[in-house]
Amino acid sequence: MLAVDGVPTPEDLAQKIPPPERLARRPVVIAECFQPIPCDPCSHACPRQAIGPFKDINEIPQVDYEKCNGCGQCITRCPGLALFVVDLTYGENEALIKLPYEFLPLPEEGQEVAGVNRAGEKVCRARVVKVVKTEKMDKTAVIWLAVPKDLAMEVRHFAIK
Amino acid sequence: MRQEISFVEIAVIGGGPAGLCAALEAANAGARVTLLDRQDRLGGQLIKQTHRFFGSQSHRASERGINIAAELTGQVMSHPHIEALTGATVFGFYEDGVLGVEREGKIFFIKPARVIVATGAAEKTLAFPNNDLPGIYGAGAVQTLVNVYGVLPGKRVLMVGAGNIGVIVTYQLLQAGMEVAAIVEAAPKIGAYWVHAAKVRRAGVPIYTSHTIGRACGTRQVEGAVIWQIDEQGQPVPGTEKDLVVDTICLSVGLSPLVELLAQAGCRLVYVPQLGGHVPLRDASLQTTVPGVYVAGDAAGVEEASAAMMEGALAGLHAAYSLGYNQTGYEARRAELQQQLDSLRSGPVGEKIRSGLSRAMIG
Repeated sequence: MLAVDGVPTPEDLAQKIPPPERLARRPVVIAECFQPIPCDPCSHACPRQAIGPFKDINEIPQVDYEKCNGCGQCITRCPGLALFVVDLTYGENEALIKLPYEFLPLPEEGQEVAGVNRAGEKVCRARVVKVVKTEKMDKTAVIWLAVPKDLAMEVRHFAIK
Repeated sequence: MRQEISFVEIAVIGGGPAGLCAALEAANAGARVTLLDRQDRLGGQLIKQTHRFFGSQSHRASERGINIAAELTGQVMSHPHIEALTGATVFGFYEDGVLGVEREGKIFFIKPARVIVATGAAEKTLAFPNNDLPGIYGAGAVQTLVNVYGVLPGKRVLMVGAGNIGVIVTYQLLQAGMEVAAIVEAAPKIGAYWVHAAKVRRAGVPIYTSHTIGRACGTRQVEGAVIWQIDEQGQPVPGTEKDLVVDTICLSVGLSPLVELLAQAGCRLVYVPQLGGHVPLRDASLQTTVPGVYVAGDAAGVEEASAAMMEGALAGLHAAYSLGYNQTGYEARRAELQQQLDSLRSGPVGEKIRSGLSRAMIG
């Protein structure tokens, strides 16, 4: 449980995961933000207004799945590193996860790494598809990770072997 | 011995987020400001905050604290109305409103028409056996070592306290290449924002709530720590001891406001646990019970840096206004700043601050 050990429960996550029909169509952002805290950069980050505007700075972000096209521009704006793009259309057996990453060294494109779940456990092999890092992203890289499709809702981090 | 006393309009004591914003706001209103900080560089705790800040996008949320420090410091240094004195320790606040200052081994005195005290807070510590062994640090000290000087305190650390500082410093230690054996938290719940907790957890750090450190182990330095679960009375639960091999123990068990100068000035203090300890009574303009003496930031009650910046700006605005500056723009600016500060405190995580403030506000 998040408040006790830092890991969201399946019930917590159920509210954040888009319907299967939407996931099958195109990539989408998942906002793993569960607590009303005074924070609003995500609500200003989306060029399509898929998150926000907020009436109150303590609002929990709700993603408009029809507006979101999974571009991932919001990922580096979240101070909590809680935004992830999931693309179930990426491959036959693989899904693509785009996640924020602030550790050095950065992985190489094509490198095999271990997919890590929300509890810090290595759960699969994963492949680094792309490393996105620009000046504007101010030292938060976005890593594109190909993972087994059935673990698309589990993998949220990785470990360089 | 004859002593020169220089007269200044507004003295701001402390160049952290609150003090920097207080100085800028007052100077932008037209007042002459002398900003004093005992460190060699301005920015206070901001200079080691490498993480992105929460808060409102319109007020630097998602920016890193270090970048905010650089930006504010740049504005202060280039402002024609601000004289910034670093390495300057204010050691006394005398009955006649004179401040005693030490700088580079010399003592001098200033008599400000208004004083804004933004001295911040100090880390609390924790009593447990062997807590004097080398290798036991406050989280703030570790953050200074790692993020300002680029020095690791050890290889493997136990973090005590899962508030925002404990969890954020844990994350920064991981980034710096240390192993973090665990975070222990005596309360049954994580105090930090859960997104912070989630990011250290997925990076492999276990978080044990309802746990505390039983003792540090080692003879000449820390070689380990014993942690255990505690019951609702704070007593150890038998059979829950765990031995951790660590060479560093980092304490992040809260902050207490630095109110010594305010006490010397004769400001009435009140003990408010929700605000971290003794804090000065103050009105909505941040003026204390001593006319002309204002307070802002953690010295007024321990809170986030984003709130400290807003509070600093408010105190600066009010101090300048009371000297006759910015009589036309004042009300609009006051309402804007106050509304932003209120909104930061408005949610469920602001409840503690709101209940604390209700005991510290007068008038």
